[in-house]
Amino acid sequence: MILIAVISLGAIGAIGAVLLYAASKKFEVIEDPRIAQVQEVLPGANCGGCGYPGCGGFASACVKASSLDGMLCPVGGSPVMGQIASILGMEAASAEPMVAVVRCNGTCAARPRNNQYDGVKSCAIASTLYGGETGCSFGCLGYGDCVAACNFDAIHINPETGLVEVDEEKCTSCGACVKACPKNVIELRKKGPKSRRVFVSCINKDKGAIARKACANACIGCGKCAKECAFEAITVENNVAYIDFTKCRLCRKCVAACPTGAIHELNFPPRKEAAPAAAKPEAAKVETKEETNQK
Amino acid sequence: MLRTFRIGGIHPPENKLSAGKKITALATPKQVIIPLSQHIGAPAQAVVKKGDLVKVGTLIAKAGGFVSANIHSSVSGKVNKIDNALDSSGYKRPAIYIDVEGDEWEETIDRSETLVKDCTLSSKEIVDKIAAAGIVGLGGATFPTQVKLMPPPGCKAEIIIINAVECEPYLTSDHSLMMEKGEEILVGVSLLMKAVNVNKAVIGIENNKPDAIAHLTKLAAGYTGIEIMPLKVQYPQGGEKQLIDAVIRRQVKSGALPISAGAVVQNVGTAYAVYEAVQKNKPLFERVVTVTGKAVANPSNFLVRMGTPITNLIEAAGGIPENTGKIIGGGPMMGKALVSSDIPVTKGSSGVLLLTKEESVRKPMQDCIRCAKCVNVCPMGLNPAFLMKYTIYKDWDLAEANYIQDCIECGSCSYTCPANRPLLDYIRSGKGKVMGIIRSRKS
Repeated sequence: MILIAVISLGAIGAIGAVLLYAASKKFEVIEDPRIAQVQEVLPGANCGGCGYPGCGGFASACVKASSLDGMLCPVGGSPVMGQIASILGMEAASAEPMVAVVRCNGTCAARPRNNQYDGVKSCAIASTLYGGETGCSFGCLGYGDCVAACNFDAIHINPETGLVEVDEEKCTSCGACVKACPKNVIELRKKGPKSRRVFVSCINKDKGAIARKACANACIGCGKCAKECAFEAITVENNVAYIDFTKCRLCRKCVAACPTGAIHELNFPPRKEAAPAAAKPEAAKVETKEETNQK
Repeated sequence: MLRTFRIGGIHPPENKLSAGKKITALATPKQVIIPLSQHIGAPAQAVVKKGDLVKVGTLIAKAGGFVSANIHSSVSGKVNKIDNALDSSGYKRPAIYIDVEGDEWEETIDRSETLVKDCTLSSKEIVDKIAAAGIVGLGGATFPTQVKLMPPPGCKAEIIIINAVECEPYLTSDHSLMMEKGEEILVGVSLLMKAVNVNKAVIGIENNKPDAIAHLTKLAAGYTGIEIMPLKVQYPQGGEKQLIDAVIRRQVKSGALPISAGAVVQNVGTAYAVYEAVQKNKPLFERVVTVTGKAVANPSNFLVRMGTPITNLIEAAGGIPENTGKIIGGGPMMGKALVSSDIPVTKGSSGVLLLTKEESVRKPMQDCIRCAKCVNVCPMGLNPAFLMKYTIYKDWDLAEANYIQDCIECGSCSYTCPANRPLLDYIRSGKGKVMGIIRSRKS
């Protein structure tokens, strides 16, 4: 009796094996082996910063693409793109390393509250309801949607200032925080040589007097920085200045010219004592701010 | 057996403190701030500039698109500036500031109190007059009225439903209007019937206003085709789709307009504004606003010019009580806390509600206990608990598949939740996101 069972089960097994083998041959999915190779060198964070659904999606897009122009893994940066290029035998597009920059310096001290929000602690929800707890309806709300969106633990709220701060070491410029911010406060900017950067840390489009009343650190759109700039990198539009990071040469004259300290410089060595006397107090003020920023 | 809508619904305490108070005209302020977006749709385009002299009823901004509305000056005086001003949206948006000088009205406006019943205008002319007067839905949604009166091709209106439900607790502006301007409202309804070529209109009133039902029923005997229908009290009966279900037992499909069910719904305040616009040439520049609250000294119904700062209304009702926690623009269910008391009255302001600190405080949120109370009360038959989850997890596909875009933001789910979950806050934000996705797919 046991023999019948063994034989019948064995026969079913054999038929199944033949069918499965035939099916696997007939319906075989031929995948480009290079996709797996490319995926191997990608960081595997699946952050979506490249614009594709995860690293797998980016890998197959790279293999399919005829050139790597415009393809960039923001996490891996140039080294990873170089490796991908050598696998695929293509030229890697050179890309500057970028970093997320928070364009709001309206600290709790500088930006007095005029109402109290007791709703859900989410920037997306608060911004559907109203402009925020202060007179400035453009700046950081401070409920941390960007902190929740960051996969790399690179963005945090400073409890003292109430503002978000980016950890440059950890930031991979994937852009998740940029998408998460309903106020468009966060921007990806060129990291710059030695991570040195100059940027306007304010996006308040209100007229100067109103902006100033709402926040002591606001850009008032006075245009002094634009006049000072020798490289035409600064434009003042809608009462707010913007520094084009492709044109900026990091001379820092605008930082000294700004009457409200809205222009920030990051990672520069301390200024020399020989700086012009007029610019001195301003420069000193800015540096203290820089220190709080680096904390 | 009185009718009501069939799915969901709640019974919040009514608190109609200002019921039975006469409508009193509020004095014009020194300066009015008239926002350019007082309606759903494109903002109006200003047609005056700084220094221009305007009269009461002068056109100061014209409609900026098909779904938009004209805006008229509510005072006579000089245009001070056109600048951004904080409005009830919580954001600064363009507005016209007018310094008040005297009270001179446009000559075309008939200021007499006499009732004008007869109208020889064609339906097209009536709709044009309504559009010119800048009338929008005065129930709070502020949808331009003339757009509702022009059914898209292939749709035929069969009935006009007048929303006199006023299901929001506290508010009494429509109630007081019905008591004082009953005849005018009925003429307005007749005009609306003529405008869309129907011979039947139903005025739906909840039976917590028996005086208004009796008053209008008596008057309606003199008008053909107008029926007064008392409805069983249930929130949110003033929702367009809920009212259609209650009155004619038809349901509007997801994403469809009420006209697909053959109904045109207008607020009772809108009907009055239509009467004034068509028969008296008076554009929409003033409305009835309820100022109320348990701690308010003198809850009242005021006739207010658009652009009057809310402070003036509160002062007239006895000032801000000591332990006020929030000032709400609108009713307690769908209204919105205001950031400042300098926000001007607009076409959509139906009330100002002052809540005490104890009333306004939010209770701490707890975990969902899956009691499904929110599912039970949702008048649109949605699952609010899940829609909140989908929004938290940003699963927009699932949210759309579960009809998040059909939410009417009535707040019944948040009201009923025993775990104090802010369901509506999340759903509103998710709805905005999904609507954006749907729009981008269409274009």
